[in-house]
Amino acid sequence: MQVLRFSTLAVFLAGSSFAQAETIYVSNEQDNTVSIIDGSSLQVTRTIAVGRRPRGLALSRDSKKLFVAVGDDNRIDIVDLESRQAEGSIPSGSDPEFFAVHPDGKRLFIANEDDNQVSIVDLQENTIAQEIEVGVEPEGVGVSHDGRMAVATSETTSMIHVIDTESLELIDNVLVDTRPRAVQFSSDDKQIWVSSELRGTVSVYDSATREPLAKVHFEIPGVSRELVQAVGIQLSPDGSRAYVALGPANRVAEIDAKTFKVLRMYLVGQRVWHIALSSDGKRLYTANGNSSDVTVIDLEQQTPVKSIGVGRSPWGIVVGP
Amino acid sequence: MRHLLLCLLLCLALPALASEETLNIAIVKQERPTVQRTSPLDDIVIDEGLAGARLGLSDIMTTGRFTGQRFKLTERTFSQDADPAALVATLAEDGIRFIVSVADATSTAVIAHAADAIGIVVLNTQASDDDLRNEVCSKNLLHTIPSRAMLADGLAQYLVLKRWKRWFLVAGRHPGDKLLAEAFRRAARKFGADISIEKEWTFLPGNARADTGHVSLQSEIPSFTQVADYDVLIVADETNEFGDYFDGRTFRPRPVAGTHGLMATGWSPVNEQWGATQLQNRFMRQTKRRMTAVDYAAWAAIRSIGEAAFRSKSPDPEKISAYLRGSDFLLSGFKGLGQSFRSWDGQMRQPILIAGPRLLVSASPQAGFLHRNSELDTLGQDREESQCKF
Repeated sequence: MQVLRFSTLAVFLAGSSFAQAETIYVSNEQDNTVSIIDGSSLQVTRTIAVGRRPRGLALSRDSKKLFVAVGDDNRIDIVDLESRQAEGSIPSGSDPEFFAVHPDGKRLFIANEDDNQVSIVDLQENTIAQEIEVGVEPEGVGVSHDGRMAVATSETTSMIHVIDTESLELIDNVLVDTRPRAVQFSSDDKQIWVSSELRGTVSVYDSATREPLAKVHFEIPGVSRELVQAVGIQLSPDGSRAYVALGPANRVAEIDAKTFKVLRMYLVGQRVWHIALSSDGKRLYTANGNSSDVTVIDLEQQTPVKSIGVGRSPWGIVVGP
Repeated sequence: MRHLLLCLLLCLALPALASEETLNIAIVKQERPTVQRTSPLDDIVIDEGLAGARLGLSDIMTTGRFTGQRFKLTERTFSQDADPAALVATLAEDGIRFIVSVADATSTAVIAHAADAIGIVVLNTQASDDDLRNEVCSKNLLHTIPSRAMLADGLAQYLVLKRWKRWFLVAGRHPGDKLLAEAFRRAARKFGADISIEKEWTFLPGNARADTGHVSLQSEIPSFTQVADYDVLIVADETNEFGDYFDGRTFRPRPVAGTHGLMATGWSPVNEQWGATQLQNRFMRQTKRRMTAVDYAAWAAIRSIGEAAFRSKSPDPEKISAYLRGSDFLLSGFKGLGQSFRSWDGQMRQPILIAGPRLLVSASPQAGFLHRNSELDTLGQDREESQCKF
């Protein structure tokens, strides 16, 4: 096995030696650090100390800063990507877990897990501009690409809460499958994709009407239904694929985003939380919480090609230049 | 102000749901004699179960605000020796169709029987007796508190995984302790452990917190535990009379597990995995103490009723009750796996926590204990073993 893996890796490295001038950032929930992986060498090049319990990650619009939600410190840390150091922080409200950057680059939409609300932070003023009450334990947040809508999931209420980003009012609340986690808009903003951790499904809703369009189930031979728990979602920018992290099933599913059919499963590390596509869409990186590593999947060869050890309990993952 | 704003927003967002029906739920709690604390760190708890139910209500009311469903919780207590059947009849007259019961096994059976005749569903949140899930089971009786068999099986899986297979079993003087000891014997047979030594703790409860009380225990416990070698001392002391005396005082340097030490339980304040931190924080903010296993079971009971009401999109108790028992029901209970009710005995299938005094040690089912349907059904009585006939 070791030999096989090595040879696959060798082929892979040879085949893509021109490869990605990109950088992968991973939050390590138990270590209070962010690991930086170089996309060409696939090596960890730096580990940055941040606040306590880092989870949600996002890049600023100009990709010069990395925002890191550090829940136990009730704030969002700012990592300067040039100096590669935490430089300042943003108030976030209580226990931020996940958040999204609005396309205008000026606002963050933050899920405050302990406070049943979504906080909207004005990045220029560095203040909380507004708080919106949602269901119990808000978790995931997504903002549409046109910037008009934001959606938050609430884990215990099992709903998606749709927010008008202009008026900052709730425009709809939709009951979804149990313990919803991640939510993402399709690249054309016509669909809302939401994962359900305990039901182990991904549901797709029409953004305009909030009517259900499809529900994707995942069956894995030899893995009990209860361990198939859908968490992170990554939709491809061209709208053809959806990738879903299946938590303790240790798999990532690849879905045809047009037909909603599961095409294949990739075996990754243990308890995969969040996933991120490379800038060219040819690789998928996964943060594996229990095995403390990142799996690199080559989507053209349709196979995992490398595991990269990072800090303890990696959770969030994003790709930048 | 914020609530007013929220209401305005919701009223705008939910115009179709103007007419709301309220679902009435009752919680009945049997009074218990005050328990002498064995440790100064023990919280004094007088509202066990009630506090959990109140938090559950607050959780489902938040969701109800978005779905346009309303809930009301009626709280009743009865004295230890009273017959709760009359109470059930009164509640039925008030339109109650769901009763959350915080009572011992005898009273729970009485409540379930009285409720059965008038179409009320009862959720048991305190009595862990296996006979309530077997010989004395009832179709209208669900259990959110784990059975003794589940607790023993959960601990046994962990100990067998650790290869701590030679057990020294110490059981207390109460009937519950003896039933728990029997559950440990069953678990040992089921998972291949060996109870090499058994002793009964027959001393009357003393006060270990008396001045220099530790001195007498320092001589008593080593002599009591001076037995042939074993891997782990399993203690069955449900009323908390003596279980705390063993750890650190046994003749041999061996761990303690069971109702004390490494505890098998449905809930523990040390659990902060699977998002449980938020539940513990909400409970602490509301009640100013830590959440017990009975509080958790009462919270789970109310949350289950709410979840069934949301999913069946109905105020009709018949539909809610059918959904509760159905295969689609799923409760997110902060223990990592979805929780639902077993069709054969009404028991909620759920992970069993293996809790240390300060941190969570593990949770069962353990990896490798397989089951053809649900690995959660490796804990407690499976369908084929059940003696329950509705």
